[in-house]
Amino acid sequence: MKHDYINTGILRLTDFQVPPPERRRAGRVIMIECVQNIPCNPCSTICPQGAITIEGDITNIPVVDFSKCNGCGLCVANCPGLAIFMVDESIGDNSAEVGIPYEFSPFPEKGEIVSVYDRSGKIICDGEIVRVRNPKSYNKTAVIYFRVPIQFSLDARFIKRKADKAKTPIH
Amino acid sequence: MRLRNHPILEFKEQRVIHFTFDGQDITALEGDTIAAALHAAGIRTLSHSLRRHHPRGLFCAIGKCSSCLMEVDGCPNVKTCLVPVKDGMVVKSQDGWGRFPSATSRKDYQRKEIPTRETDIAIVGAGPAGLSAAIYAARLGARVMVMDENYLVGGQLIKQTHMFFGSKDHYAKTRGIDIGTLLRQQCDELAIEILTECSVIGYYHPHELAMVHKRKLNHVKAKAVIIATGASENMLTFPGNDLPGVYGAGAIQTLMNVYKVKPAERVLMVGAGNIGVIVSYQLLQAGVDVVAVVEATPKIGAYQVHASKLVRCGVPILTSHSIVKAYGNESVEGAVVAQLDNKWNIIPGTERDVAIDTICLSVGLNPASEILDQAGCRMLYIPELGGQVAVIDRNMETSVSGLYVAGDVSGIEEASSAMLEGRLAGVAAVQSLHGSSPQIEKLKHEIQSGLDALRTGPFGEKTRIGNKIMTEAAS
Repeated sequence: MKHDYINTGILRLTDFQVPPPERRRAGRVIMIECVQNIPCNPCSTICPQGAITIEGDITNIPVVDFSKCNGCGLCVANCPGLAIFMVDESIGDNSAEVGIPYEFSPFPEKGEIVSVYDRSGKIICDGEIVRVRNPKSYNKTAVIYFRVPIQFSLDARFIKRKADKAKTPIH
Repeated sequence: MRLRNHPILEFKEQRVIHFTFDGQDITALEGDTIAAALHAAGIRTLSHSLRRHHPRGLFCAIGKCSSCLMEVDGCPNVKTCLVPVKDGMVVKSQDGWGRFPSATSRKDYQRKEIPTRETDIAIVGAGPAGLSAAIYAARLGARVMVMDENYLVGGQLIKQTHMFFGSKDHYAKTRGIDIGTLLRQQCDELAIEILTECSVIGYYHPHELAMVHKRKLNHVKAKAVIIATGASENMLTFPGNDLPGVYGAGAIQTLMNVYKVKPAERVLMVGAGNIGVIVSYQLLQAGVDVVAVVEATPKIGAYQVHASKLVRCGVPILTSHSIVKAYGNESVEGAVVAQLDNKWNIIPGTERDVAIDTICLSVGLNPASEILDQAGCRMLYIPELGGQVAVIDRNMETSVSGLYVAGDVSGIEEASSAMLEGRLAGVAAVQSLHGSSPQIEKLKHEIQSGLDALRTGPFGEKTRIGNKIMTEAAS
């Protein structure tokens, strides 16, 4: 099935633009996981680098110029769909830094070890919190940066504090 | 139980007050509705069915479903989801149709004379559509009066903690709750009169309304009327659907995001449209466990970004699945879900029991268009628009001259389009009073183009089809 996210809610790496490996190794860069024609454009208007464009109709999909993106993270906090993520593979020591929009309380603390989830809601690894960015201008959507083994750099999409009680979904 | 912390909601100091429910002392917070305070106290059964005396809980929480009727200070049939609790209030669960109002309660609403309130444009509904209509009409110099059944202004915006899509013109990336506040502020700056706890119960030609404000009957005389009454949530048929603990998803959203009541421990969500998926995510934010979202069709109706943010938290969306039944004695204790084949039949052997205490239904909305029908507007059943709607022209005007609509009552869409429709109806209503001008034509054109832009793309398809059916019927 070509568009199976419509049946499962789970996107794959082939569904959206992924920054090329050499760009990821050069430092922080965004991934926009916005694949449908919805009437929305804050990502393109907020980007100070002009790295995100929505051509023509407001329902068109944003296109990223990865060479212009400097990884500032403004769009991550300002995307109403919480669909923009940050990846940085320049760290070395076989780890990568991932940044995600986060709207749960309380926030994890720097240095805390958290469970890391992929797009399907499966736990894939542990992560270490590096930074919690929550200035007033982010309007309560924090951006949380955490470190994961480099092989999970493109799949780490959510974190849960280990202290939170285990949830028991049905599958 | 109350929420203690939340990533989005702000907690303000609220005065503790007391009232009695069937003789039992209940502690509430000032600002609670009666129904919200009872939920906070763990009371979910609010009434019993008339014939079989089955327990009934809250379904809509916005004054549409009547399953929360009680006797309040001697007055029967009070919608307890709308009425704010007061210190010392005496609330009783009601037996059947209720008793004749007590002599003291009759004093509250008896009037020797019915006052007439005059205005240029009367607007029914203080949600995104109604408030936008009021702002645009007032800016063009009209006298405006807005009426709403609820005691809080903002319609469904007041519970929408998520950021909105759109462009700057549509309050993009602003949270619904903040848009409600912004609209309210603009109304205040324009000195627009907003009457809350105010039900419009009848339309009389031309543009006169019978209106009940805090139980007292009033007469409203206007030159034009805009109906922006919104919509109500659909029910779904399955055994056990009348148990307390089966809520409209919007009702749960109201309890947790407006009244900060933790509405459940474990929830099954039925329906993977935007409301179902967004409310599921908001339940997680309130610390509630969501076991799954079941969706009878093979496709998720919600925007993928909303589905993504829920699924990555570990909540599965099970398409081609539905609820078979709910069970429990006084309240929901569990449900059975099963997989469906492509003819909507349950696939034998796929039934599963889920232990939950709450079921949320998000299976579509239905325009609250009764008053338009009563006013004699030409009505049409258009499934793509959600049900029975008034036939309107490009100015949001119904077949009754000077009677306009805006928002979900004209066809189910989103708050962004409701705001634009409100602006359009407000401008067009002013035009009907004072005639046209280049400024008015320009404004109307801008708003209409904005609406068209919102409706491009696959998610605007239903509205495009519905509006086409309407245009063909109107011509």
